[in-house]
Amino acid sequence: MASDRTPLGATVEPAAEEDQGPPGTEVALPAEPEARRALMPAIEPERLVNDWGRSERVEGAIDRTLYEFFYRYWFRVEVEGIENVPDRGGALLVSNHAGALPPDAAMIAKALRDEHPASRRLYITVEHFFKGYPGFSMLLPKVGGVAAHPANVHRLLYDEGECVLVFPEGRKGTEKLFKDRYKLRRFGRGGFVRAAMRAEVPLVPIALVGAEEAMPVFAQVGLLRKLTGLIYFPVTPTFPWLGPLGILAYLPAKFKIRFLEPIDTVALGGREAADDRALVQTVAQEIRARIQENLHDMLAERRSVWFG
Amino acid sequence: MSAEEPTARRVLVTGLATTWGGQLARALESHPQVEAIIGIDSSEPRVELERTEFVKVSNRHSLLARILRAAEIDTVVDVRLAVNSVAMTPAEAHENNVIGTMSILAACQESDCVRRLVFKSSAHYYGSEQDDPAFFTEDMRRPHRPRTRLERDIVEAEGLVAEFAHTTPRVGVAVARCANVLGPGLDTAFTRLFALPLVPMILGFDPRLQFVHQDDVVRALEFLTLSDLGGTYNVAADGVLALSEVISLLGKRPAPVVPPVGTGLLASALRVVGVRVPEELLNLLRFGRGLDNRKLKAAGFTYTHTSREAVQRLGEHLRLEPVRRGLEPAYTYEREVEAFLRWSPYVRRERRGGREGVEADHEPLGI
Repeated sequence: MASDRTPLGATVEPAAEEDQGPPGTEVALPAEPEARRALMPAIEPERLVNDWGRSERVEGAIDRTLYEFFYRYWFRVEVEGIENVPDRGGALLVSNHAGALPPDAAMIAKALRDEHPASRRLYITVEHFFKGYPGFSMLLPKVGGVAAHPANVHRLLYDEGECVLVFPEGRKGTEKLFKDRYKLRRFGRGGFVRAAMRAEVPLVPIALVGAEEAMPVFAQVGLLRKLTGLIYFPVTPTFPWLGPLGILAYLPAKFKIRFLEPIDTVALGGREAADDRALVQTVAQEIRARIQENLHDMLAERRSVWFG
Repeated sequence: MSAEEPTARRVLVTGLATTWGGQLARALESHPQVEAIIGIDSSEPRVELERTEFVKVSNRHSLLARILRAAEIDTVVDVRLAVNSVAMTPAEAHENNVIGTMSILAACQESDCVRRLVFKSSAHYYGSEQDDPAFFTEDMRRPHRPRTRLERDIVEAEGLVAEFAHTTPRVGVAVARCANVLGPGLDTAFTRLFALPLVPMILGFDPRLQFVHQDDVVRALEFLTLSDLGGTYNVAADGVLALSEVISLLGKRPAPVVPPVGTGLLASALRVVGVRVPEELLNLLRFGRGLDNRKLKAAGFTYTHTSREAVQRLGEHLRLEPVRRGLEPAYTYEREVEAFLRWSPYVRRERRGGREGVEADHEPLGI
């Protein structure tokens, strides 16, 4: 009996109702999403911040001013295929990524909030190192940033049924130079596919054009990166020439966001197949290829970087 | 609480003088199936106890084993772990947390009546780091090695308990990992921090913090003691609050004055001057910590307070504090009085037991 009781480490097998008896029966979280959801923390309407640290107030203020300006007037965002994001339940959105301080995440979030019929809110996975940066650490969770930990993504998708945005290129995407624009980097280790399969939620690939030109990175200065302790030290048209604020000075490129056909992870085998590495890699490759293909398609149609 | 529990329990509570020990013993007294309660500690209890027998004893395992055997104790509840550095010096805490745990486990192993061990641990087990998940579940190991002595001791103590659980299959072991506890009687790093007129924050950081109300910890320990549950359970109230939110709930003002760089250096400098900054706070004030409390809820436990309500209760307490200061403690332990009340033939037992829930016909100690 005690040999299967593992207080530390090792995941816990769900205990069957019958074999309850002394000494020490281990209880496990139920596997069904409904039962899990019933155990979720109660929502207290008086609170201004949710359990992820997200603040409707801060987000709303930024949404109405900064995002609104960039979305409507600066990038003049055009959205296609928003109906590919489900109206309810979890969905994992996968997008290409660019720009030293990427504007793409905020624009996708704004598109979902404003254009989607169900006005869905989006959680954006950010790298752990942002949690160690003063200021960013405070602001990012307030506007929907969540550390890219598999447990976080699983809880959001499976237990809370929220939309989550990942950039599988991660830092490699934001580091890439202007000459490599719209060439997708490696898609991590396919962790995002695994997360979606474990949670059995659809994967929605997104192709986004414009972010590369909004903040072209001409060079990365390794020495200055080390000296400043930043994750990278890019040279853009405005940074570092205009000082730290230069990082927010985007060029007015025309943004186009295309939500692609969702991929049904249940049909792929769902939770049981999540540990199939070959399958996960294949799906990740396929999504990458589809985004790349759509980027080429959109770029071929685009007559002007600034006017679309 | 736990469904039908026909078997009588004979319980030993360690650390009776701590808030947990005292409150837990009081709570257990109201359960008729608990036929004997013995509380041990090296100092005297601070709450009035009806039928709990207090034995003043140090953490010597030979003595403990004799008590366990003599009273045929079947359930040991170990709540003596020191989980914040304001209560003890690091050396005392190490002695208590590691050596103390070792001797209690040794005593449990020696006495073959013991069937059940409930161990109160702390969420400091998980630490607080940059790459933590937002909600720790019980099966997650800490991603980094412990940073502070306190954390190291807690991890070591839990390791000892886990090893004991593996080597002693006849004893069911339940571990309660409690989030930062708030409550009126508690003196922890957080209650001290929140009692300051301006609550210092690290500039540029607004960590997510989770709390649990003192009463819920006692209830959770009571629940685990009387149940047959094994394994580890997070004890943390619903809701993870941002520090700024906590400060506004308390009606205080934040002071984002601690520089984000060299915080550790500043803390050591302050220590030289004589201000001891609890080192377990430094990382919590930067990265925070959240726990997944669903496993204990799935076992059937319900919390009475959310994190927010626990903070509000603390706020009420802090506002009353200046009014209450200087009042006599409601209870002091007097050995002779306790002995008289328990054993004198002149005490009319059927008229005592006025405290809610206690039935008058309990024989003291049930012998």
